[in-house]
Amino acid sequence: MTSVADQQTPAQAAAGRVADDDGTTTAAPVTFGKALTAALSDAMDSDEGVVVFGEDVGPLGGVFRITDGLTDRFGEQRCFDTPLAEAGIMGMAVGMAMNGMRPVVEMQFDAFAYPAFEQVVSHVAKMHNRTKGKVKLPIVIRIPYAGGIGGVEHHCDSSESYYVHTPGLTVLAPATVADAYTMLRDAIDSDDPVVFLEPKKMYWSKDAVDLKALETARRDPEVASGIGKAVVAREGTDATLIAYGPSVPTALAAADVAASEGRSLQVVDVRSLVPFDDETVAAAVRTTGRAVVIAEAPGFASVASEIVARVQERCFHSLAAPVRRVVGFDTPFPAPKLEHYYLPSVDRILDAVDDLQWED
Amino acid sequence: MSSSTAEESARSEAAMLPSPTPVQLINERGVAVDNDTETAAKYPMPSPEALMRAYDKLVTGRRVNDQAGALVRQGKMAVYPSSHGQEACQVAAALCLDAQDWLFPTYRDTVAVMTRDVDPVEVMVLLRGDWHSGYDPIEHKVATQSTPLATQLLHAVGVAHAAKLKGEDSVVVAMCGDGASSEGDFHEALNFAAVFHVPVVFFVQNNQYAISVPLSHQSVAPSLAHKAIGYGMPGERVDGNDLAGVLSVLGTAVQRARDGGGPTLVEAHTYRMQSHTNADDATRYRTDAEVAEWAPKDPLVRMKKYLTDAAVLTDEAEAAIGDDAERVAATLRDGLNSEVSVDPDDLFKYVYSEPTPQLNEQAAMLRDELSREGE
Repeated sequence: MTSVADQQTPAQAAAGRVADDDGTTTAAPVTFGKALTAALSDAMDSDEGVVVFGEDVGPLGGVFRITDGLTDRFGEQRCFDTPLAEAGIMGMAVGMAMNGMRPVVEMQFDAFAYPAFEQVVSHVAKMHNRTKGKVKLPIVIRIPYAGGIGGVEHHCDSSESYYVHTPGLTVLAPATVADAYTMLRDAIDSDDPVVFLEPKKMYWSKDAVDLKALETARRDPEVASGIGKAVVAREGTDATLIAYGPSVPTALAAADVAASEGRSLQVVDVRSLVPFDDETVAAAVRTTGRAVVIAEAPGFASVASEIVARVQERCFHSLAAPVRRVVGFDTPFPAPKLEHYYLPSVDRILDAVDDLQWED
Repeated sequence: MSSSTAEESARSEAAMLPSPTPVQLINERGVAVDNDTETAAKYPMPSPEALMRAYDKLVTGRRVNDQAGALVRQGKMAVYPSSHGQEACQVAAALCLDAQDWLFPTYRDTVAVMTRDVDPVEVMVLLRGDWHSGYDPIEHKVATQSTPLATQLLHAVGVAHAAKLKGEDSVVVAMCGDGASSEGDFHEALNFAAVFHVPVVFFVQNNQYAISVPLSHQSVAPSLAHKAIGYGMPGERVDGNDLAGVLSVLGTAVQRARDGGGPTLVEAHTYRMQSHTNADDATRYRTDAEVAEWAPKDPLVRMKKYLTDAAVLTDEAEAAIGDDAERVAATLRDGLNSEVSVDPDDLFKYVYSEPTPQLNEQAAMLRDELSREGE
C-alpha cells in the first residue's frame, strides 16, 4: 500500500520540540500517524501488560507504519506479527485480556476486520456483561477506516455503524493529531474494549503538537479522559456542523468558506461515538438553532441518522429548521475514480447549510 | 536432504499422527487392555486412587445429567444439553488440570465445570435463565460455557499465550465437539496455538452428532485427530467412554504442554446418548438400533466392573460414592427450586465498567415504568 511520507522516528515524534533561532522551543509539526505511534510507545512504556499484535505490525511496522519501531524497542514478545487471520487475532486478544494483559490489536483495513466480527460482537462486547463485570476485557481494536486515499475495494469502508450498534463497545473516532495521541492513550487505559477508528487519509496530516506536554498533562488526575466527550472545534453563531473523524477537516474547511461569504458556522467534533456526548452536542445546537451532520458512511441507519434523531429529540424547540445530513450515498464505497462524487465535500455541506430555511 | 535428516523428518511427522485405533486402557467388558510396550509407556494406567476419585466424579456426573433432565421437565430450567454417555470425557477434562490451569468448556460441558468444583447451582444460572453466567471465571479459572461454536478455543489460546509471556506454569484445556471442528475458529485456534507454541490441549468430544448432522457430513478426514499434523502438532484419539484412557491421554498431553512441548489435539470417540437438548427429537435422524449399539459401551458400567474386579471398589465405597452423587443432586434440586429474584437494574449495570449517561437514562425510565405499574 502506501508508505508514510514523514519518516520521523517515534522518539523524534514523541519529543515534539525543535529549537527556534532565538533558542526557545516550540512544538514541531507531528503527523497524526506518528502521534499514534508515540501513544503506543508511551503506553507500552508505562504498562508492561500492554501488547501490540496483528498483521505486519512487527518488523515492518504496519502497512501504515503506525507500529514502527515498537518491536525493536520492546521486543517481539510485546509487539508481534500473527498468522493472517483476523478472528484469530481478536479471539486471542480476548484470552490474553482474560489473563491480565492489555492487548492492542491492529485490523489492517476496515473491511478486513469483518472476519473478526463474531469475536467482537459475541465476546469482546459481551464478556463484561455476561460475567457481571467479573471478566474485564481491556482490548483496543485499532481500525484504519474511511476513504479519501484512492484505495481499491475493501480498503475504504466506514464501518463504524456496525460497532456503535453493539452495546459493550466504546467507539472512538479522533480527528486531530492531539486527539490521536490522547484518545489512544485513553483507549488503552480503559477497562472496557474500545474500537479505535483511525481515518486513513489523515495519517499524514500534521499539526504543531507537543506530545511530551500531552503525555505530562495526562498524568494529572484532574485531566479527564476524552472518552464520552465531544468538543467545539470552531465557534460560530449561525449553524452547527456536527462531524467526526475524516469529516471534521471537511467541516472546518466548509466553515472557512462560509465565513468568507458572511455566514458563521460552528463545528462540533464528536470524537467519541460511544459513549455519545449528548450534552455538548445539544448545547451547541441550541446556540445556533440549525444543524448539519456530516459523515462518510452510507446514511441509512447510520451514526449520522442517530445524531439527527438525538438532536431533534433534545433541541426541537430551539431548532429553526430540520436537521440535515451530508453523508455517503447508500452504495458500496466507490472505485477510486468515483470517490470524489461520493465523499461529503465543502460544496455539498454549504448547499445543505443553504437549505436550513434561512429567513433572509 | 541427507538420509538421516529425511528419516528424522519422517519420524517426527509420524509422531504427530494419532494411534491407528483409539487408545483404550480398559475395554467395554471392564478388562485392562494388553497394550504394546510403547503405548503402555506413553499412556500408563492411572493409579487405583486416581481411578477411584474419577469414578466418584463419574457417578456424580451421571446423576447431574439425570437430575438436570428432570428439572427441565419440571420447568425449573429453560434447557439442558445432556452429556449422558460422555461423562468420562467430562470428568477427565477437569481432573487432568491443576489449580493454576484453565478450562474452556462448551454449553454441553456442565459436568466438567462442576468437576472443577464450581458450585452446581452457579453453573446452572445460564440454563435456568437468571443471567448468562453464574460463576466467577477468573476465580475458578473456568471460562464461561460457550454457546457460539469454537470461539472459545481462541480465548484458550490467548490465556495460554499470556501465561507463557508472563512465565506462569499454567496449561489450558479447550473443549469442543465434532461439529465445532468445521468452524473457522477451530482452524485459527489450532494454527495460532502451534505457531506461538503455547500450552493448550484441544479436546474434541466426537459424540458423532452436531444436533442432527452426523460426523460424515462434517469431515471426511481419516479422523479429527489427523487434523493435528496439518498444524504441526501431535494428534491422538482415545476411546472417550474409557475413563482410564481419557485420563491417561489427556494427562500425557497436559504434561507435554506444561513441559514446554506445545499444543496437542485429542479426539475422544464417544456418543451423545440423549437428544441434543430436551427441545430436540433424536428419533428424527438416528435409529434406536444405533443408540442400542452404544449402550454397552457405557463409561460407568465398565469402570465399575474394572474397579470391583480389582477389589478397589467395595460395597461400602460404592454406597459412599452414591451418597456423594445424591448430595450434589439434592443441592441442584434445592437451588433450582428456590425462587431467584432478578433485578432489572442489572440490565444496565454491567454493559460497561461504568454505565454511560444514556444507559443511566434508560435505567431510570425502566424504574419509573415499574414504579407506575406498582401504583
